[in-house]
Amino acid sequence: MSLLVPAISLAKRELVRFFRQRGRVIGACVTPIMFWLFMGSGLGKSFGGSGGDYLRYAFPGTTTMILLFTCIFSSISIIEDRNEGFLQSVLASPAPRSAIVLGKVLGGALLGWVQAFPFLLLGPTVGVPLTLAGLGQAALVLAISAFFLSSVGFFFAWRSTSVAGFHAIMNIVLMPMWLVSGALFPLVGARSWMGWVMRANPLTYGLSAVRTAVMPGDPGPFSVPVATGVISACAFVAFVACAATIRGEKA
Amino acid sequence: MTNAIEVRALERDFGDRKALAGVTFEVREGEAFGLLGPNGGGKSTLFRILATLLPPTRGSALVMGHDVTREPAEVRRQIGVVFQSTSTDKKLTAMENLLYQGAMYGMSGEALRSRATELLARFGVLDRAKDYCEKLSGGLRRRVEIAKGMLHGPKVLMLDEPSSGLDVGARRELREVLAGLKKDGTTVLLTTHFMEEANVCDRVAILDRGKVVALGKPESLCAESGQDVIRVRAKDPEKLRAAVASKFGATATVFDHELRIERSQGHEFVPQLVESFPGQVEAVTVSKPTLEDVFIRRTGRAFTE
Repeated sequence: MSLLVPAISLAKRELVRFFRQRGRVIGACVTPIMFWLFMGSGLGKSFGGSGGDYLRYAFPGTTTMILLFTCIFSSISIIEDRNEGFLQSVLASPAPRSAIVLGKVLGGALLGWVQAFPFLLLGPTVGVPLTLAGLGQAALVLAISAFFLSSVGFFFAWRSTSVAGFHAIMNIVLMPMWLVSGALFPLVGARSWMGWVMRANPLTYGLSAVRTAVMPGDPGPFSVPVATGVISACAFVAFVACAATIRGEKA
Repeated sequence: MTNAIEVRALERDFGDRKALAGVTFEVREGEAFGLLGPNGGGKSTLFRILATLLPPTRGSALVMGHDVTREPAEVRRQIGVVFQSTSTDKKLTAMENLLYQGAMYGMSGEALRSRATELLARFGVLDRAKDYCEKLSGGLRRRVEIAKGMLHGPKVLMLDEPSSGLDVGARRELREVLAGLKKDGTTVLLTTHFMEEANVCDRVAILDRGKVVALGKPESLCAESGQDVIRVRAKDPEKLRAAVASKFGATATVFDHELRIERSQGHEFVPQLVESFPGQVEAVTVSKPTLEDVFIRRTGRAFTE
């Protein structure tokens, strides 16, 4: 049976459900902008050794934060689907298991992308000019990063029986992943052990590529091909891990 | 006649506990088959194995000739599954639920839409097609569930406790729906702990503690003892039990503060009983055995939910 019909249908369902829950839409848009303004404006010139504005530095990182929030939160729908019973009818259908993973991951990634990408249009307010090439490149890297984050979310959500349990994983694994991705402080200034943690973090590469795309004057720590290559490979591995998990499930 | 389902020496362990301890039966094509039993008797485990959601520990199960463990995808194509907990998405309309379900079976476009419309009409929910499922009553939502299970035209429809959580009226409607399915030649397998529902089945298997304790047509199972069941409500049922045993040599058992006696010619026994123990008997009923009585006779225990 074809992979695409069930996968696209499941992905579409994620979008439909999201936009029918207004609270989720508002929360996803407002939280990161608030965070960015408070952090950026608060820290403002306190640590600005190079004279650069922190609001500007934190701008690409905020985009990945929106991605992280929305992709990971949409993974919660897997737990809800399981608890509410929807998932069992999907699992009893002949849809290929990889199509089920693809549908859920794609849905979450799309949701993250449609919220994170428009945020880039706020760039000019902090002196980040918009160029077509930059936006195009950023759009692509954000899509890959979204797919990665959504897969990671799926991987953990699939094993979680409760939303509360998933929140614990979110706080221990997923939020720190963003904190040490170069979103809040650059790799170059970090202590050496932290530097290695950051290098081991896939999200650092995703963010590096986004940063270089929108602010070529202040590029990320890795070249675009390296950064894009690493995040793509990680996205692929994460997806395969999800597919293996769902196939191996013999509850 | 071929078999739609064949279960052979099926076992399923959960740690040390045997949820299924060697179950064997078959369901013929076009038959309505009931898995009856108390909760914890193993019927839900068996259901999940047949729906390819749980692998058996030992033994085999075939659906339309396909093994549930080795060819799950083939089995899934042949079966429609109606789960006990609703599987409809409450944030989607009834119609949308069917359309998404169809996509899982590779259906799409106009063919899917017209098939979905046909089923909603058939189960009497077409006028609510555009309502979110969370707005539907339990009975209506169950009908959407069944429409969902029938969408791809399965050979076998499996329903897990289809009447649980429904009121009396909705349960009666459900029995009509099931009778209609049977008329179309769909093989129906359902689990239930409601006796009335088991009676709409051509055959039933009664499961208790992971084993089949009775298998056959409901009416022949009920008739096999050839005796009547007499239930006596008494001031002191335990004392009466001993007295009845010594005076009439009848085996009697006490369930739920009631004395239960199986005896042929029950209507002749009742006057003797009442006259022998004046003042002790508060109420007496005589009836033909029900499936519940079959369960009690086979297991020596009450059928409690």
